[in-house]
Amino acid sequence: MVRAVRAEWLKFGTTRMWWVLLLVLVGYVAFTSGLLAIMFGVLGDQLAQDPTAPQIPPDALAAIVYSSVTAVGYVIPLILGTLAVTGEVRYRTLTPTFLATPSRGVALVSKVVVMFVAGAGYGAVGLAAAIGVGAPIIAATGGDLQLVEAATWTLAARAVLAMALWAAIGVGVGSLIQNQVAAVVIVLAFTQFVEPLLRFGSAFWEPAAQVGRFLPGSASDALVGASIFSSFSGGGMAVVPLNWWQGGLVLAVLAAVVAFAGYLTAWRRDVT
Amino acid sequence: MSGSAIEFRGVTKRFGSVNAVDDLSFTVRSGVVTGLLGPNGAGKTTSLRILLGLVRPTRGTATFDGRAYRDLAAPLNTVGTALEPWSFHPGRSARDHLRIAAVAAGIPVARVAEVLEVTGIESVADRRVGGYSLGMRQRLGLAFAMLGDPGVLVLDEPTNGLDPEGIRWIRSFLRELAAEGRTVLVSSHLLGEVQQTVDEVVIVARGRLVRYGTLDVLEARESVLVDAVDRQALATALAVAGFAIETAEDGIRVRGAEPSAVGAAAQRAGIALSLLGRRAEGLEDVFLALTSGEDA
Repeated sequence: MVRAVRAEWLKFGTTRMWWVLLLVLVGYVAFTSGLLAIMFGVLGDQLAQDPTAPQIPPDALAAIVYSSVTAVGYVIPLILGTLAVTGEVRYRTLTPTFLATPSRGVALVSKVVVMFVAGAGYGAVGLAAAIGVGAPIIAATGGDLQLVEAATWTLAARAVLAMALWAAIGVGVGSLIQNQVAAVVIVLAFTQFVEPLLRFGSAFWEPAAQVGRFLPGSASDALVGASIFSSFSGGGMAVVPLNWWQGGLVLAVLAAVVAFAGYLTAWRRDVT
Repeated sequence: MSGSAIEFRGVTKRFGSVNAVDDLSFTVRSGVVTGLLGPNGAGKTTSLRILLGLVRPTRGTATFDGRAYRDLAAPLNTVGTALEPWSFHPGRSARDHLRIAAVAAGIPVARVAEVLEVTGIESVADRRVGGYSLGMRQRLGLAFAMLGDPGVLVLDEPTNGLDPEGIRWIRSFLRELAAEGRTVLVSSHLLGEVQQTVDEVVIVARGRLVRYGTLDVLEARESVLVDAVDRQALATALAVAGFAIETAEDGIRVRGAEPSAVGAAAQRAGIALSLLGRRAEGLEDVFLALTSGEDA
């Protein structure tokens, strides 16, 4: 098991995928974080005068800006984990992988472990990008950075955990849907279109909102404790979001269930 | 060094309604090179993948000294495998590819440089595999197989895409490995490519075993070659007389008959012969006859 994990780690580090995706994450998060900071920092005073505009309490601004790493960036570790599996199918490297590690279960668990760690790394770097771009803008517009607050660093730690869990979920998705194009299209369609619609739609009817809390994106935002999306969703309805640990549990269970389903079906198929 | 014996026992693999491999049983012993021969689609690759635990057989077992691949304590140190020259990530270097396998199998990473040297791809080892020629990929596949210095080697069509120099090199390489006492199983769809290398053959066609033993299972065939100026008339006469005939380039081939009987039949039909004699059939002819489903 230790050997298989070390081999998976080497696989992760020996192609260009890891830094390409990391660059995409940093760019995406830096852009979003900067945009949010400018929007609510520079325009904050104007917004405050318009009662119909969305309002953000001054001490919540930093959390919303910093949490852009998970609010928008979670799709990157999810794709990373998916590609870690579908890439092996696409390039036929499952053959040498299973020759060296004949136990399919060990091979899959090793991937989950390595991608969990890699996802945490992506989380840390993405967080640095969010704070690095967002904090100077907040400071320049006279906002509260909250960088000495324990709550901010709790949020940071949970964001790293969320990113790690998303990468683990990705491994499960890839083991279940082994066609690379299909897997990536499904991941993008679900995270960028289906789930946002479901979250938005469910917020208008209380029983649906109760269920909507358990959508993976909502659970992720609950785990982190802040998100630009959860700040505005809800249509003013009083549905309490999940606790942070409940959100984390939803993601962990999702990762386990999807990976186990993949193991039982596609992962154990003949490699021809 | 003595390699494990490979044993196939009643191995069957059904894909849909087709038996890709049908009740295959044979043993491959150590110290010799064994050729697994048959035309494309005969079930060679599927058989090898079953042996290596990559494909689950519908029935039967394929083992190394009685143990299935997935039950081997140190698989890469027991069995070295080169299955197809495509199973490499194009964006990864040969050295990294081998390092990953070494780490997964607990083989010292220093061994990577050794196998790169032995297979002659040391100079390109840090380039991405995507730019490799087929021959270079074959050599990388062999390097992967040699990584654990295994007692058993299983190679699927290793001469595909190699230049004549490469083919010569692999022949002597395989002979050396067998001489050291290892078990060497090598598949090919071309008898000619392995004829000078193999000691024993396992011939399969349409998933079934057709011949199994030393190379002379192929050499024990003789036929009568006969010809006349009017070849068409001769063919008709012989067919009427009940001989099994086959038109060849240089005459008519008659199987399972004596030259005297063929000559007598021609005489009865009043045909003057221009040629009559025994001919040993070439290995390739016999091989083709066997694998195309003709009666041997």
